[in-house]
Amino acid sequence: MNETTNFNDIFRQEADELLFEIEEAVLEIEENPDDKEAINRIFRAVHTIKGSGGMLGFTRVAQFTHTLETVLDTLREGRLTVDKNLINLILRSRDHIKSILDSTSGVGEIDPDQEKILLTQLNDLIPLDDDKNAQYESGNGQEETLSKYSPKESIYRITFKPGKDIFRTGTDPGLLIEELKSFGDHNIILHYKNIPSIDVLIPDECYLSWDIILTTSQTADDIKDVFIFVEDNCELTIDIVDELIEGDDYKEVKKIGEILVERQVISEEDIKSTLNDQKRLGELLIEKNKVDYDTIETALAEQTQIKKTREKHREEIKASSLRVTSEKLDSLVDLVGELVTVQARLSQFSSVMDHSELLSIAEEVEKLTTELRDNTMDIRMMPIGTIFSKFKRLVRDLSSDLGKSINLLTEGAETELDKTVIDRLDDPLVHLIRNCIDHGIETPSVRKENGKQETGTIKLSAVHKGAYVVITIKDDGAGLNADAIKEKAIEKGIIQREAVLSEKQIYELIFTPGFSTATTVTNISGRGVGMDVVKRTIVSLRGSIELDSSPGQGTMITLKLPLTLAIINGLLVSIADTCYILPLATVEECVELTQENSDQSHGSNLLNVRGEIVPYIRLRDHLNIEGKRPNLEHIVITDVQDKRIGFVVDKVIGGHQTVIKALGPAFKYVREVSGATILGDGKIALILDVNALMLFKEH
Amino acid sequence: MATTEILETNKYLSFKLDNEIYAFDISQVREVLDYTEITKVPKMPAFVKGIINLRGGVVPVVDLRRKFDLPSSENTVNTCIIIMDITIDNEKTLIGALADSVQEVMTIEPDFIEPPPKIGTRLNTEFIRGMGKKNDKFIIIIDIDKVFSSGEAYMLQETKECRQFEDTSQEDMEKNNNENGDK
Repeated sequence: MNETTNFNDIFRQEADELLFEIEEAVLEIEENPDDKEAINRIFRAVHTIKGSGGMLGFTRVAQFTHTLETVLDTLREGRLTVDKNLINLILRSRDHIKSILDSTSGVGEIDPDQEKILLTQLNDLIPLDDDKNAQYESGNGQEETLSKYSPKESIYRITFKPGKDIFRTGTDPGLLIEELKSFGDHNIILHYKNIPSIDVLIPDECYLSWDIILTTSQTADDIKDVFIFVEDNCELTIDIVDELIEGDDYKEVKKIGEILVERQVISEEDIKSTLNDQKRLGELLIEKNKVDYDTIETALAEQTQIKKTREKHREEIKASSLRVTSEKLDSLVDLVGELVTVQARLSQFSSVMDHSELLSIAEEVEKLTTELRDNTMDIRMMPIGTIFSKFKRLVRDLSSDLGKSINLLTEGAETELDKTVIDRLDDPLVHLIRNCIDHGIETPSVRKENGKQETGTIKLSAVHKGAYVVITIKDDGAGLNADAIKEKAIEKGIIQREAVLSEKQIYELIFTPGFSTATTVTNISGRGVGMDVVKRTIVSLRGSIELDSSPGQGTMITLKLPLTLAIINGLLVSIADTCYILPLATVEECVELTQENSDQSHGSNLLNVRGEIVPYIRLRDHLNIEGKRPNLEHIVITDVQDKRIGFVVDKVIGGHQTVIKALGPAFKYVREVSGATILGDGKIALILDVNALMLFKEH
Repeated sequence: MATTEILETNKYLSFKLDNEIYAFDISQVREVLDYTEITKVPKMPAFVKGIINLRGGVVPVVDLRRKFDLPSSENTVNTCIIIMDITIDNEKTLIGALADSVQEVMTIEPDFIEPPPKIGTRLNTEFIRGMGKKNDKFIIIIDIDKVFSSGEAYMLQETKECRQFEDTSQEDMEKNNNENGDK
C-alpha cells in the first residue's frame, strides 16, 4: 500500500518534469519547426508518461497519451507539418494530461468535454491507415506497431548487457529480446562466459549479455524504446551498422563491414575504440574493396558521433536521476550551518589557548568547513533558466489571448541562484511579466501608429554582480504614465494633491498597497494586489526592486537579489556588550571616529573621508542602546544602493561567517534587524539590515 | 484520534509571578530553562526581553511581568524561562516566558475551572483562560496564544511608536519613500 503510494508519487514527480520538458520542446519547435531532436524529445517524454502511467494504473493518462503519441509519431515521420494549430493542440493536450494527473491526487477536476475535443482533434491528424494505432490496447507492450511507411531498412548492432540485478526489478530480458525479434531479420549472439562457477553463482543475478544484429525499418529510437524501462539499469548500445541503400557498389562494402563488425562483436570490444586504434585496417579495407577513403571516414565519424550523442544522452539521464527532496537539502544546510558555528568556536578557543598544534587543526577544520559550506551552497544553486523557460509559455498564451504580438528574449539563463530564492521568485516574476504583457506592450495597430515594430519585445535577463544576482525585465511598450499614476494616487488618498514628486518617486507609487492603474480589471492583472506583494516578496528575500520607465520607450524593472539566504559573509562589530553583524558585501572600509572628529561635525553626523562627505548614523543612539560611548569609536562605511553611509559602532571585531537564523514571526515588525546568528562562544549577534537603516537616515 | 485526547489534558504547569500563582497548559510547554543571557533586540516593546540561543536556534523571550503590568524584579536563582509552542498568525513558533519560579505540574479537572472574573484582577481578562481552584487557592490559567495574538497588535503599535520616522503619516511615508527596500 505504502509502496504503491510511493511509486505513484515518484511517477507524478517524474511526469511533472516530463510535462515541463514537453512544454519546453514544443516551444522550441515553434521557433524552429525542423528541430528533429525536439520532436523526439517530446515523443520520448510522452512515451514514458504513457508507459509508466499504464504500469501504475493511471489508465486515463495512458489512454489519452496514447492518442497524442500516435500523432507525435506521425509528426516524427514527417507526415505532419508543424503549424500553429498543431503546437496549440500539443500544448493543450499537455495541459490536459497535467489536469488528469492533478485530479488523481485530488487537485482540480478533469474536463470531459475538453478531453473529447482534444481527442477528436488529435484523431483528425492521424492518417487513416494508422487508425488502428489510435486504439489503445491496455497492458500490451507491443502497441508500438510498425509503421508501413518505411522505405529504408537499416542494420543495427545492438549490444545489451542488463545490470546484474535486473531480475530483482521484475524484468525478464528474454521478453525484450523477443520483442526485438519481431522487428525484423535478426542474428542473436548470447554471451554467457561471465557466468561464474556454481559455488559463487547467485541465482537471482543476471550474468548474460546479448549482441543482436537486426535488420529493420524501425529507427534507433524505436529500438531504444524497447529498452526504455531498463535503460538506467543496463549497458545498451545501438549502432547503425549499415543502411541498406540500393546500388551494387555499396553492397559489397556492406558485406565486408558486416563480417568485420561481427568479428568485433564476438571479441566484445568497444567498436569505437577498436576502429580508432586500427585505422590501418580501415585503410586495408579501402585498398581491398576499392572504396574511397571518404566513405569509410564518414562511416567511422558517423559511428563515433552516434556513440557520442548516445553517451551524452545517457550521461544527461544519469545527471538528472539523482533526486533529493529539498527538505533533505535544507537539513544539510542547517547542519553545515551548525558546523560553521562550531568551527568558529574551535577557532576562537584555539587562538585563546595559543597551542600551535591545536591552531593548525583549527585552521584545517576552518578550510574544510569553508569548502563544505561552499559545496553545499552550490548544490542548492539552480540555473534561473528553469523558471525562464516557463515564461515563454506564459508570454505566448497571454499575448495571443490579448491579440498582441510579443517576443520574449531571455539572457543569462545559466545564472545560478539559491533554490529557495528561485522558488519564491516565481510568483513575482510571473506578475511582472504579466504586467508587461497586459499594460506595457501595446496592440500591434497602436504600435504601428507610433512607428514601432508590430511585435513587442520583453527582455528577461539575469546576471551576477558580486554577492547579488540582478534580474531585469525590460519591455519596449508604452512606458508608465506618470500623470495617470499621480492622479490615481491622489484619488486613492495615497498622496496629497500638492505633493511635489520626482518622476521616479511617482513610479514608486505603484508599489503602494491598494494601487492599480488598470481601468478595467482583466483576469490577467489589474487587481491592484500585485506590485506591493511583488515588492514585499523581493524585500523578504533581502533584495530590492527598482523601476525605470520612459514614456513611449518602455519600462525596465530591476530586481537585485542575494545569491543565498542561508549564510553570508559578515563583519562582526560590537556596541556595549552586544555584537552585531553588518553584511560584508556592503562594507567598503572602516575608519576611526575620534571625539575630536565628531565634535568638528557639530552634530551634523557627516564625516570627511578623503574629501568626500559621508553621512553616518550612530547605531548606539539609533538602536537605543544604553551606556556611555567610548572615546574612540569606529565607523563602518558601507555602500548601500550606490550611496555611501557610515555606521558608528564601538568596536570592529572582524569578518565572520554568518549563518542566518530567522528571528521568527514575533519579530516581523523589526526592520533594522534581519536575523540573528550564534557566535563561537554561544552568544547571539544580531544581523543588521543596512537597507532599513539607510531608510532611516534618509528621513 | 489519540492526539486530540492528549491535547485535552487537564494538566497544567504552575509558576509564580510577583507572588501570585499562574499556570500554562502543559501541552504547550516544551521545557524549562535556567535563566541565561538574553540578547536585547532593538526597537521591540519592553515586554520582549530579547532572544536566547536555544541549542543553536534563536528563541524570543517575553517578560510576563511587563506584559501584565506587574512591577519588575531582580533575577534570582529561581528565575527561569519556560519554553512554549505557540501560534502567531497561523505560524508555529517557539517562545520563552520569564517566570520568577516554576512550581509544579498539577491536574485541575474542568469542573474546577471557572471563567475569568470580569473585575477584580490586575490582568487583562483576555489572556485568562480560566481560574482554576486547587486546595482553596486560585490559579490563573494563562492562554499564551492570546497573549500573543493581542500582543501582536500591541507590539506593532508600540513598535511603531518607537520609530520617529514612522510617526509621520502613511502619506508622508509614501511621499518620501525612496527606491529603498521598504516593506
